[in-house]
Amino acid sequence: MARFVLRRAVGSVVLVVVAVSLAYLLAATALHPRANFEGRSPRPPERVIDARLTELNLNDRTPLPDRYAVWVTGLLRGDLGRDFDGDPVAGELGRRIWVSLRLLLIGTVLGGVLGVALGACSAVRQYRLSDRLITLASFVVLAVPVFVLAVLLQMGAQKVNDATGTRIFQWAGQDGLSHLVLPTVTIVLAQVAVYSRYQRSMMLDVLSADFVRTARAKGLRRGTALRRHALRTAVIPMTTYFAYNLGLLLLGAVFIEKIFGWHGMGEWLIDSIGRGDVNAVAAFDLFAAGLVLVAGLLADLAQAALDPRVRVSR
Amino acid sequence: MNALEVGDLRVRFGEVPAVRGVGFAVAPGEVLGLVGESGSGKSVTGLAVMGLLPARATVTGSVRLRGAELLGGTDRELSRVRGRDLAMIFQDPQSALTPVHRIGDQIAEAVRAHGGTTRSRAWRRALDLLDLVGVPDAARAARAYPHQFSGGMRQRVMIAMAVAHDPAVIIADEPTTALDVTVQAQVLEVLKTARQATGAAILMITHDLGVVAGLADRVLVMYAGRVVESGTAEEVFYRPRMPYTIGLLAATPLLDGGPPVPIPGGPPPSGALPPGCPFEPRCRYASAPCRTTEPSLTERAACHNPQRPQPRPAEGPGVRRTRSADVILQVTGLRRAYGAVQAVDGVDFEVRAGETLALVGESGCGKTTTLMEILALAAPQAGRIVVLGRDVSALPRQARQELRRDLQIVFQDPAAALDPRMRIADLLAEPLRAHGVAEPEVERRVCELLGLVGLDPDFAGRFPRGLSGGQRQRIGIARALALRPRLIVLDEPVSALDVSVQAGIMDLLATLQLNLGVAYLIVAHDLAVVRHLADRVAVMYLGRIAEIGSVEAVYGTPAHPYTRALLSAIPVPDPRLERGRSRVLLPGDPPGPARAPAGCRFRARCPLHTELGAADRERCAAEEPRLRPAGAGAGADQSVACHYSEGLIR
Repeated sequence: MARFVLRRAVGSVVLVVVAVSLAYLLAATALHPRANFEGRSPRPPERVIDARLTELNLNDRTPLPDRYAVWVTGLLRGDLGRDFDGDPVAGELGRRIWVSLRLLLIGTVLGGVLGVALGACSAVRQYRLSDRLITLASFVVLAVPVFVLAVLLQMGAQKVNDATGTRIFQWAGQDGLSHLVLPTVTIVLAQVAVYSRYQRSMMLDVLSADFVRTARAKGLRRGTALRRHALRTAVIPMTTYFAYNLGLLLLGAVFIEKIFGWHGMGEWLIDSIGRGDVNAVAAFDLFAAGLVLVAGLLADLAQAALDPRVRVSR
Repeated sequence: MNALEVGDLRVRFGEVPAVRGVGFAVAPGEVLGLVGESGSGKSVTGLAVMGLLPARATVTGSVRLRGAELLGGTDRELSRVRGRDLAMIFQDPQSALTPVHRIGDQIAEAVRAHGGTTRSRAWRRALDLLDLVGVPDAARAARAYPHQFSGGMRQRVMIAMAVAHDPAVIIADEPTTALDVTVQAQVLEVLKTARQATGAAILMITHDLGVVAGLADRVLVMYAGRVVESGTAEEVFYRPRMPYTIGLLAATPLLDGGPPVPIPGGPPPSGALPPGCPFEPRCRYASAPCRTTEPSLTERAACHNPQRPQPRPAEGPGVRRTRSADVILQVTGLRRAYGAVQAVDGVDFEVRAGETLALVGESGCGKTTTLMEILALAAPQAGRIVVLGRDVSALPRQARQELRRDLQIVFQDPAAALDPRMRIADLLAEPLRAHGVAEPEVERRVCELLGLVGLDPDFAGRFPRGLSGGQRQRIGIARALALRPRLIVLDEPVSALDVSVQAGIMDLLATLQLNLGVAYLIVAHDLAVVRHLADRVAVMYLGRIAEIGSVEAVYGTPAHPYTRALLSAIPVPDPRLERGRSRVLLPGDPPGPARAPAGCRFRARCPLHTELGAADRERCAAEEPRLRPAGAGAGADQSVACHYSEGLIR
């Protein structure tokens, strides 16, 4: 088992390097930090601009391979470069990473648990009213882009605030539980919609499985048999979905953070793209790639923990 | 008081009736056999008694367990009965155990389901139960997961769970159908032990008349959702009255005796039953009332014209055709390994023009792998495959394509082997078009092929789903014949079919061989079927041939102890014979090919090995026996891979 984890970890590191390199090269080609000086008056002399850009390793007149080499050398020392204001990217990353993770973690865990529960319920009550309502609701959420959903929730929250004359929901400021509610709800809703669909179909596959019938033949009540045998088995494939869904979740979170003024990684990414901050964009990609691969590793471990057949074949 | 009484049980799925008024009673300790083909309603009956049918089923009638009515009970009420007074053993041990829980936990759960025990006491009871059903090293086995168990061991676990509370009634739904014959024999013994230990009444649901003959006190025969014949085992097997029962017995292939006789046609779809007797369209003795009124079950049979069984037609003229000298397929020293698993480990045989060679053996013996290696028409890992005089390892692409014409296959499951979205005409035309046959010729050939396999030309426009299992297999055979091959490879060609249909396919294969001179290489596990299909038979064990020879020789004077055990394990549909004979019960499961021992691979299970002196045993352990002529008393071309087989033939 330990060897397996180690092998996977090494493979993951290679993947992260490839992904981040590609992202850096793309960002360095597509973004134009020089444009930031265009609107300044008085416009600094070309020589000063060049010197400043070179200092930040953002100069588009330096050949791309050279810039990449500088960035990689820095990366190996743990230096992620500096942003446009000259501050170290690593520091900003460190500040924002937990802000984002708090949102993502709560969203994923709540979304996963609720989604599995709702999907399982939906399957057990197939074609009854509750199943149809759950199906309808999840399809509505799935059909709406996540930023539209966020804006709709915000409008709803505004109405509630106005009606009650309070500030139950907030989307300004940094910390505070009330600020966390709306973005979390948005993420959870989107996650529940996806997971409940998956779980419903997984559950339907095992509802009429022979081993569920065996469990009932032993004298287990229907509910107990479904929980201990059907759901326990049907939840295994969800670990894989969880890993691959995280990429989508991250993408959605970028918009959600921006909309709700949540000063996390997503907001930072959007602002950095606007400023042509190549190093910050690359740092975000490092974070995203690492997160997705860690999630994949966790999913594999979870699957091995849940399914003895997987454990043995390794 | 009867342990179980079922009265006028009816089950409908929507508008489609599955069970149409079934009644029976089982006394404590009695075994009642419920026999029928697929779709006869026998399994639905079992599930209806358990109250485990899906919610869309409508069940009426009465099910009384020790006089208490079960039908209409709530889930809470029935849960108290299920597993405690009324237990069930399901068919497929592969899927009947939850894959993610330990064996011991699953048995302990059955123990605890009815309360009153602590976790640790339930676990100890689980170990005792595993002991009772003959699972070796119970303490270790209990911690294993189902996928680490063989089919036979899993079925023992099912039985252990069923007897956990000494139930009054055990319903066994095809408990041994998915198992190898030697394992089936073991599991049936366990079932007998379980009955003695609990004194339970057993409702034995099966399609296998041999299993019923050995076990059942009384027998019910079901057809189209009703009981059409009932009686003691002796009555039903020796003095059947209903033409369907008579036909079923005559259609069952036997190890000795004449060829099986098919029942024409197939069972009616349960959604569209004929107005009169549902068996009338297939019945030789049908008269006017049979077409209008459905007979009710009187004392023995539900029939307007009860009959007496005819003696089986004698075996065909004993002279076998002389073997052709024309070798179609020659396999020498074939080996195939998958990683550490040596699936085929040095196999030699040949198939000559117009003859049938059958590879038989239990699951994992390498028979299907051998087949696939031949079909690949590519260089094997080791050994030589020569098809029609050409070594396939050195074949250029074009020649390989040409050779495929002469080598065709028929698959086990006709439902899976035919693309459901293609019409029969296209299915049959596909191989022709692939080999560039001109379109008008294709059309003509499709009609011809349908005729060859005994189907009307108007089948051409239909889709596979509109066909019965037997008809689909006919299409599979017609497709294999399309390119006029010299050799057809058949993978379990009749094992997915009902008994009454099997014999028809076997007849067809024999007729086609006689008329077209095509050679067959058949893989099968059912030795009774093989006896009527093949000219020669090769018995495989763990990737090697244990014995090979003409069917007469191998069945008449089996030389290898494994062949003897296989033949002895097959249940015979004859109650007196089946109960009277002593059976060579092989211990253990067929071991996986990964663990092939040095020396003779069979010696760990070999009944002969245990009787040998110490010096002789050493030879079995040290030296792997090679195929050699079986010697005096055996058939002329019979070879056996055993050092001491002479002692067996007398």
